[in-house]
Amino acid sequence: MTASAAPAAHPLPADWRDFFALTKPRVMSLVIFTGLCGLLAAPVHVDPIIGFTAILCIALGAGGSAALNQWWEADLDAKMKRTANRPLPAGRMDRTSARDFGIALGAASVLIMGVAVGWLAAVILALSIVYYSVVYTIWLKPRTPQNIVIGGGAGAFPPMIGWIAATGEITLMPILLFAIIFFWTPPHFWALALFVETDYAAAGIPMMPVVAGHKSTRRQILVYAVLMLPISLAPFWLEVAGWLYGASALLLSGVFLLLALRAAVFRGGAADMDMRPEKRLFAYSVLYLFALFAALVADRYLVG
Amino acid sequence: MTLPSTPDPEQERKRIQRGRNIAVGLLLLGLVVLFYFITIARVRA
Repeated sequence: MTASAAPAAHPLPADWRDFFALTKPRVMSLVIFTGLCGLLAAPVHVDPIIGFTAILCIALGAGGSAALNQWWEADLDAKMKRTANRPLPAGRMDRTSARDFGIALGAASVLIMGVAVGWLAAVILALSIVYYSVVYTIWLKPRTPQNIVIGGGAGAFPPMIGWIAATGEITLMPILLFAIIFFWTPPHFWALALFVETDYAAAGIPMMPVVAGHKSTRRQILVYAVLMLPISLAPFWLEVAGWLYGASALLLSGVFLLLALRAAVFRGGAADMDMRPEKRLFAYSVLYLFALFAALVADRYLVG
Repeated sequence: MTLPSTPDPEQERKRIQRGRNIAVGLLLLGLVVLFYFITIARVRA
């Protein structure tokens, strides 16, 4: 963050819709879904009100983190076409409001989680907020092309928090849920980075395709896709999930690997922009995560 | 030809402020209702 790029004084206060946009609602939907799956997959009964509160806190924490991320990255967002219309770079909101909003949401989410659900879940939630806002946004993202690998941990917390909110303890399963999203994140984001590379280059963010080139990025995507197969199957092998989840994980990860392989061997040029395999891989990776976690919950209720 | 009318800044400010007030009011009301039900759930447990 630099002082020179502070937005010009705006005569109007920010609209409530801008505060809502600051929470990155589309990203939050995935966070809510994985958090809910972690909560529902846990082998205990959870009071619906306590479960709802836990998911609400996970969503508020993710929203607070997103607001703090945009407060810090307002200068970078202004340089990228994909993010230039966000409330801060577009000048519809001042930075202090975004920062205060992010802190308030984050603090409220941790406090409510602690008081209503449990303090272990609240501590992990606080850790996830600090991890995303400080470790990823401030420290790693502008410094290393491995930013996504380590920063992926931030997105991996919700199902773990959901499970811990339900059970009150850290066991093998929440760690496996964390690992699934942790290893899914690099191929997902690098597939995106391959087709919005110019945006990242313009903003000076050392994303893998910008620093290491397309060939190396495609190879690394394949490595993570290979790793996803045993990691996604681990809950089945370790008998913490049943055959329905195992069969789904095998099928979903097999297709993921196939698409990653096609992206790895792709040698097309600019003329193939619309149908590039990384676009398919990116689109599939979102579906993959939704389907894998849905299978986990279905397995718990249908197979037991 | 008529020039497109621009909204009065003061009216626009009031509209935005009203929207924010309603949003904060609904948020606080939601929290009150949530805390009520959390208390019932905790007592029941």
